[in-house]
Amino acid sequence: MKITKMTIAAALMVAVAFTSCKPKDSEIKVNVETALKADMKMASTMVAVNDGVVTLSGECTDAECKAKCESTAAGVKGVKPPVVNNMTVAAPVVVEQAPASMTTELDASTQQKVKDGIKDIPGVTVEFSADKAVLSGEVTAANRMKIMQMLAAAKVQADVSKLMDKK
Amino acid sequence: MALQDKYAELLTTAQTHGVSNLSVAEKDGVLHVSGTAKSTADYDALWALYSKLDPNMASGDLMMNIDIKADAGAQLKVTTDSTNLNIRSTPSTEGEIVGKAAHDELVTLVEKTDDSWWKVRTAQGEEGYAYAQYLSPM
Repeated sequence: MKITKMTIAAALMVAVAFTSCKPKDSEIKVNVETALKADMKMASTMVAVNDGVVTLSGECTDAECKAKCESTAAGVKGVKPPVVNNMTVAAPVVVEQAPASMTTELDASTQQKVKDGIKDIPGVTVEFSADKAVLSGEVTAANRMKIMQMLAAAKVQADVSKLMDKK
Repeated sequence: MALQDKYAELLTTAQTHGVSNLSVAEKDGVLHVSGTAKSTADYDALWALYSKLDPNMASGDLMMNIDIKADAGAQLKVTTDSTNLNIRSTPSTEGEIVGKAAHDELVTLVEKTDDSWWKVRTAQGEEGYAYAQYLSPM
């Protein structure tokens, strides 16, 4: 019996139809991860997919986030319910008694550190009051971030109320 | 309690992103947060969150001193805007310049001397102190 081209074509079409209906586990995993990454709180969730069954693990900030991770995953095409949610909710961060000194004294070398830090950023000047570095000028958002990070690394308390956004 | 609530999202995100030695304390109306982030990406994410929770970070009620995990021997990228980074004989801008590393060049971490100055070695073998603000662990 001759197998006609039509029959082969039909068989191929059926095979393609079947494979395109059911996403592969690796595809599902990528799609679930992408959906979760939309929200930074859910972005570090770990996803495993086996035969369409999704297992979530990792830490979540709170119960609401854990539930949101689960519903987000369940909504992805090809996921077989129920989603196995093994995520743990992080215990609240304990705030301690403040240790003796957490900010650096504004001595000459610390003041120099701050001055060094803003040297390459145009339009910014610094003055030092008793316990704070007072910054003034106009800065871009990116430079504002740099200044804040530099001050934090130097453990210097600062007044940035005079730091304006560069138009 | 109010400060912990204001920055609750930041604190729990630090936890879930595995910031080690996370220490949080409130003193004189300022929340002090310190620890070591696993990567530059995590560090950037926490700073972006700070900026979101406190527009322009202008309130002055958070001191976030998170450094980025980098052990001796780690590769660091020079992140100056475009200029060279000076390598100096002592950890201050008064130190004599003993070498330079170009923007985007990789240097090796010898020691994190303090939060502002790190001792590094360039590919050319020059060793000295560079301003940590411009060094990014890979």
